[in-house]
Amino acid sequence: MRYLYFPGCTLSTKAKGFAASGEASARALGIDLVELSQWNCCGATFPLATDNLLALVAPTRILLNAQKEGNHLVALCSICYHVLKRTNRLLREETDKREKLNLFIEEEYRGEVRVFHLLELLREEIGFEELSERVQKRLQGLRVAPYYGCLLLRPFQEIGLDDPEEPRILDDLLASLGCEVVEFSHKTECCGSYLAMNSSEVTRELSYAILHSALASGAQAVVTSCPLCHFNLDYRQGEMAAHYPGFTQIPVLYFTQLLGLALGIESETFGLADHHVDPRPLLASKGLK
Amino acid sequence: MRKVGVFVCHCGNNIAGAVEVERVTEALRSYPGVAYSIDYLYVCSDPGQDLIKEAIAERDLDGVVVAACSPVMHETTFRRTVAAAGLNPYLCEVANIREQCSWVHRDDIERATLKATQIIETIVEKVRHDEPLLPLAMSLVRRALIIGGGIAGLQAASDIAAAGYGVILVEREEGVGGRMAQLSGTYLNFDSTVDLLREKIEAVTRNPHVTVLTRAQVEELGGYLGDFKVKVRRQGNDEEYEVGAIVVATGYELYPQEWLSEYGGERYPDVIDGLEFERMLSPTGPTGGEIRCPSDGRVPQEVVFVQCAGSRDPERGVAYCSKICCMYTAKQAMMYKMQVPQGQAYIFYIDIRALGKGYEEFTQRGMEEHRVLYLRGKVSKVFPQDGKMMVWGADTLSGKGVEVAADLVVLATPMVPSAGAFELARKLRVATDKHGFFSEAHPKLRPVESLTPGVYLAGACQAPKDIPEAVAQGSAAAAKVLSLFSQEKITHDPIVAVVDSELCAGCGICVEVCPYEAREIHPLTKIAVVKEVLCQGCGACLVACPNKASQLRNFTPTQVMAMIGALV
Repeated sequence: MRYLYFPGCTLSTKAKGFAASGEASARALGIDLVELSQWNCCGATFPLATDNLLALVAPTRILLNAQKEGNHLVALCSICYHVLKRTNRLLREETDKREKLNLFIEEEYRGEVRVFHLLELLREEIGFEELSERVQKRLQGLRVAPYYGCLLLRPFQEIGLDDPEEPRILDDLLASLGCEVVEFSHKTECCGSYLAMNSSEVTRELSYAILHSALASGAQAVVTSCPLCHFNLDYRQGEMAAHYPGFTQIPVLYFTQLLGLALGIESETFGLADHHVDPRPLLASKGLK
Repeated sequence: MRKVGVFVCHCGNNIAGAVEVERVTEALRSYPGVAYSIDYLYVCSDPGQDLIKEAIAERDLDGVVVAACSPVMHETTFRRTVAAAGLNPYLCEVANIREQCSWVHRDDIERATLKATQIIETIVEKVRHDEPLLPLAMSLVRRALIIGGGIAGLQAASDIAAAGYGVILVEREEGVGGRMAQLSGTYLNFDSTVDLLREKIEAVTRNPHVTVLTRAQVEELGGYLGDFKVKVRRQGNDEEYEVGAIVVATGYELYPQEWLSEYGGERYPDVIDGLEFERMLSPTGPTGGEIRCPSDGRVPQEVVFVQCAGSRDPERGVAYCSKICCMYTAKQAMMYKMQVPQGQAYIFYIDIRALGKGYEEFTQRGMEEHRVLYLRGKVSKVFPQDGKMMVWGADTLSGKGVEVAADLVVLATPMVPSAGAFELARKLRVATDKHGFFSEAHPKLRPVESLTPGVYLAGACQAPKDIPEAVAQGSAAAAKVLSLFSQEKITHDPIVAVVDSELCAGCGICVEVCPYEAREIHPLTKIAVVKEVLCQGCGACLVACPNKASQLRNFTPTQVMAMIGALV
């Protein structure tokens, strides 16, 4: 199966391990992720103002480029997925805005491309039962907290990936890999997101609450699908240790890293050494590397 | 040749503001067949109607056209008027020059005037070919079917039976009493619902006119107003009944908690809904009236009540207000405080809707005497933490987030139509709204009737309601049934389809298209026949019939062609 693929900026810079593990895992499962021949930044935010069409030009151009090469587009980053999926819906359903955007890009695009998250592809094209059978090395004994954040699931009416309050998709994926999946209260709470830019204090507090809840549920690692969540949850742990006495550091992994390990792929390119909290001792203790 | 009188209404300024009524009246005066033409300020007024009566008598009119508002408004009025003057009412027609002309052409008086004239001319053509008709007589079985044995159905049953007419009460469950039997007590005075119901149930079950069928459901409905044929499946057997009227009182259930996953109902034992809490408070409930956490049986010291849990929330639940929750939540919080005086009750609310006699005072009592803590804001999330249920909410008055570590969380989930209501509505051929509640015939003026003649509505099957409202509606539906039963005979509008037996080939297409099952192919003659009392005169068969054998009385091809002829 060949799918067009939009890596996005972060996966090409700060989250190379996410990209490499995602691409390798997909390939091992027979999903050929073909990078768009031309792409730009998606803008990384879907505008909150309903008349801010200028912010939608960048994602419209990506979708238009995708249409020239196929009819599907896969993203790995939650934010890219969020922006592309919502822009695509708007282009499909809101005629007046579509007309303006088309005038702006001087081409015709009507929202025909179908936008996927890799998780969605795994659920719908492979299926978690089937995936479970393809696992080479079960991640037995690894207790993980699946963390969804906000943008992967919301707003439900536009994204429609899973129940935004009680999602299952990441839980089910991790369970199919053999992980022990813990229930934790903060799996859909916000990590602070872009507040990382101007208020490290707020992001630290929000991210701490998430990690605290995961730790309290007995998790040994937190799993995410978003590079910004990863940054807030992983990188801030140094500050957290200084601020919150008794805080135990906990590795934060991308779901693709665990997927790749479970599929028996050589993890050299997975960027496991680049994490602030090194996950390798935990993985090694479960016989994974 | 027929002598038609034309009465052009100004409707104050509604018509006269866009249509030059004097010019229209003048133009009609010379139209073929028009013997008399006059305009008047309000033809529907008493003097306006007198004008029609006098003209019929003095000018010997045998056809009347009233050019006014939509026939939906006043056709019946004017037909009654001409009947009073001795003319067959079906020789009177209404030409709609308001909704279909003056209201939509306010900016072009010239063309509006021309259009009004033409509309009236077409109706004059129709009246010239109208035949005098007599209403069709129908049979009337003076026995009522009541579907649902909750408080609304019981009230309707007892009122109808008290007037001496037979009642068949069909109840799906083991016994009657419905939701009210599951409640702990009423609001305002904490009366025992079980005691209140006992009287009502005895009044119904002891009345010799009432047959109560429990564990029974309506399987099929045939027939029509005055003469319904009902098949009831009871404990596995089918039974047939004949009734003249039906009262639907199928009640409600609560919105499924699992659809509000952020609150964790059904997932966490200590998150329950309002009805579950009622069972806990009820002396006949599983705990004998003791308030206990379902998880471990401890007495909850902190209880959070969440109002509007899924109501007034189009994104996660339903858009409407469930109406009774503000009151029953206040009652539940007060009953909790009476039982656990040292405990704390919190109520999260959007606003308090205490719209009823004594209701506002009741909620105030909860706040002042029982120290129930009201927090204005929504709850965003409930999750377990350290053996408690952590409730996250907002207090919009202080502008701050609130966290409560509660022992028990009670969700005031909205009332929704009871399971199977939609299927029943289809069997009864009654419309439902987008939420599945049964639709009333008119939201203001006909609240207990459905649009299906002979089918009436009572209680929460129509919309969320509390006990006194359900009782009032049960009585109102009973009054409608009784006014039907007290008539000597009932009649049906004679504007129905007829079949020209010379032209009918018996193809059966009309049987397929008829939405009212008013058609069949006669077993002997093999041509189509019309069951007149079922026919609603919709005209579907006219269009479908390839031979033009199906015709509608007073909408014959001759008439329609003459009407078109007036226009072109």
